[in-house]
Amino acid sequence: MAKDDHIIQEITTKEYEHGWVANLESESAPKGLSEEIVRFISQRKSEPEWLLEWRLKAYRHWLTMEEPKWPNVTYPAINYQDIIYYSAPKKKASPKSLDEIDPELLKTFEKLGISLTEQKRLTGIAVDAVLDSVSVATTFKEKLGELGIIFCSFSEAVHEHPDLVKKYLGSVVPATDNYFAALNSAVFSDGSFCYIPAGVRCPMELSTYFRINAANTGQFERTLIVAEEGSYVSYLEGCTAPMRDENQLHAAVVEIYAMKNAEVKYSTVQNWYPGNKEGVGGIYNFVTKRGLCAGDHSKISWTQVETGSAITWKYPSCVLKGDYSVGEFYSVAVTNNFQQADTGTKMIHLGKHTKSRIVSKGISAGKSQNSYRGQVHIHKRAVNARNFSQCDSLLLGDKCGAHTFPYIDVENDSARVEHEATTSKIGEDQIFYCQQRGIDEEAAVALIVNGYAKEVLNQLPMEFAVEAQKLLALTLEGSVG
Amino acid sequence: MLKIQNLHAQIEDKPILNGINLTVNAGEVHAIMGPNGSGKSTLAATLSGREEYTVTDGTVEFMGKNLLEMAPEERAREGVFLAFQYPVEIPGVSTINFMKTALNQIRTHRGEAPLDAVAFLKLMKEKMKLVEIDQSLLNRSLNEGFSGGEKKRNEIFQMAMLEPRLAILDETDSGLDIDALRIVANGVNALRSKNNAIIVVTHYQRLLDYIVPDFVHVLYKGRIVKSGTKELALELEEKGYDWIKAGLATV
Ligand SMILES: Nc1ncnc2c1ncn2[C@@H]1O[C@H](COP(=O)(O)OP(=O)(O)OP(=O)(O)O)[C@@H](O)[C@H]1O
Ligand SMILES: [Mg+2]
Repeated sequence: MAKDDHIIQEITTKEYEHGWVANLESESAPKGLSEEIVRFISQRKSEPEWLLEWRLKAYRHWLTMEEPKWPNVTYPAINYQDIIYYSAPKKKASPKSLDEIDPELLKTFEKLGISLTEQKRLTGIAVDAVLDSVSVATTFKEKLGELGIIFCSFSEAVHEHPDLVKKYLGSVVPATDNYFAALNSAVFSDGSFCYIPAGVRCPMELSTYFRINAANTGQFERTLIVAEEGSYVSYLEGCTAPMRDENQLHAAVVEIYAMKNAEVKYSTVQNWYPGNKEGVGGIYNFVTKRGLCAGDHSKISWTQVETGSAITWKYPSCVLKGDYSVGEFYSVAVTNNFQQADTGTKMIHLGKHTKSRIVSKGISAGKSQNSYRGQVHIHKRAVNARNFSQCDSLLLGDKCGAHTFPYIDVENDSARVEHEATTSKIGEDQIFYCQQRGIDEEAAVALIVNGYAKEVLNQLPMEFAVEAQKLLALTLEGSVG
Repeated sequence: MLKIQNLHAQIEDKPILNGINLTVNAGEVHAIMGPNGSGKSTLAATLSGREEYTVTDGTVEFMGKNLLEMAPEERAREGVFLAFQYPVEIPGVSTINFMKTALNQIRTHRGEAPLDAVAFLKLMKEKMKLVEIDQSLLNRSLNEGFSGGEKKRNEIFQMAMLEPRLAILDETDSGLDIDALRIVANGVNALRSKNNAIIVVTHYQRLLDYIVPDFVHVLYKGRIVKSGTKELALELEEKGYDWIKAGLATV
């Protein structure tokens, strides 16, 4: 229909909002990857010997691996020797208080809409911010410290809490897990570490912001969250990057370890630079996220709103080992222009009476490709396991694609697995109905899309739900005419 | 308020409206009747700016402005409201949220500040009472799983919220039980004033017992072939459309 064509044409008019480059001096490793670079990074961070060995093992294993070819995405071969694996803002990178932070850096975060000082005062959200490779500020440390909660940069954790790091690093995502996880394990530069002691309910949202700033730089951060028995934490992750013509690689690893009766909520609002309207530039977002429900009655819940990146390859997963443990995955993935997303989850049921719930909402516009890929595995000994999956796709226009790849393996007869999938388009009659009430097309699409994604957005903490709603609207702005 | 002259409209090269002439003044209620497929909904859709309908000839003036030049949302903001014959479902969007968005866009258009939550709630409660609609319905996804009658009542609730200058009710009475019909009609009557006008599209005289029209028009094959006062509706109820069709054939 004529109107659909119009929708498609108009879809591409919105430019990326966070596309500025901060004027920060940085110190970088030379381009390329080798044992030397791995040693360089480890040395820069004054790491203990065991961690260097761990990195080297990962690197050597990575050399024997091949980039996965199965995702439903296409991109030119990545030249791993053309990437800078370490870049740090030049000013001293471990400030004791906010006053010691490079003012340029603070301005950077303010432009991102996360003023650390503001955050500190107003919202009660503890923030760890990672710029390029280095974690620059962790707010609220003292207050959390009183409860025994550790929330700091990964580098700091390596020095201050080596036993914890050594015990849990790679315990959920082994260094050799997959191509990008192995790469990350070899060269990860920083990230966040979070430890919630037994019985403690973390009183505020913990939040990490990632930003790639320097050119030609890959970002390889690692997040490790350990929730002891009966503890609770809600963790948020946000990300942006400047506009650049070349593609940049982001290969992160997130590990969550939940003991008996512990609950971890992990929410992501991913807004990496998606490339321009012609598909030039943008971040390759190849991320491994996995949670282990190690103890009985533990619960891990992933919520993600994916609006950015040229390519997203990401399957936040839950290994449900403890009996009665629960895994959840709530996802909204929007693709526009030439973006490609292959994202979903894995729910591995090992324990008895384990439950998982998957709600995936894909939204495709422009010439983008959006795939849901999910695996539900019910192991032999997982008596009475339950899974419910709902995978919906919403199409704007007819030049985009939506695909669903559900894999279901059931080895125990007592399992109950339900899968529902729908594909729909935004109807012209829906848009007209809105217009007839005085709502313009752009706002109508935003309204309809947000309604469609509501079940997932509802999972986010309030202020992030608002941010996510705006991002959805922004990503699709100009998608109708 | 509304002046339609020689309006021709078509859909996909098929002419549906073949020269409509109609003038509606502020304070008036006009009923439009006519057999199925005669073009009543098409007229409503054309006036509200549905893109599929192409105007091939004629003019429409609304409040002294050229209505046909305006985008659908502009027409709505200028005060044209259409109660849909088939209201559309929008999953995940509550009527409340929908109305908040609509009202604020209209207010912005008028240069007014958006209503704050308290003022909005107050307005909503007042209008809810008017059309005897329950808040639980307004919290649900718009029209999703609503019964036929609930959808129609919801349309009138929206009309009450937006207080349009010109309301076009397309078969709002069909699917309503007797009580609902009375409630809807009362709601409409409460909104009648000397400053606004209403066009009621209906098949049944029954509604016109409650919403008494100043004029009744018969639409047939895309033209208004007969106009009269409320007695015309009674006559139609009694005799059907055949006598009008026959009368046309002999001309
Ligand atoms: N999208 C369309 N494509 C083709 N024909 C259409 C379309 N929409 C309407 N029509 C035709 O236009 C004519 C007028 O339809 P319209 O809906 O305006 O009638 P109506 O007077 O409202 O009828 P009813 O009393 O049944 O509601 C009908 O013949 C209908 O089939
Ligand atoms: Mg009709």
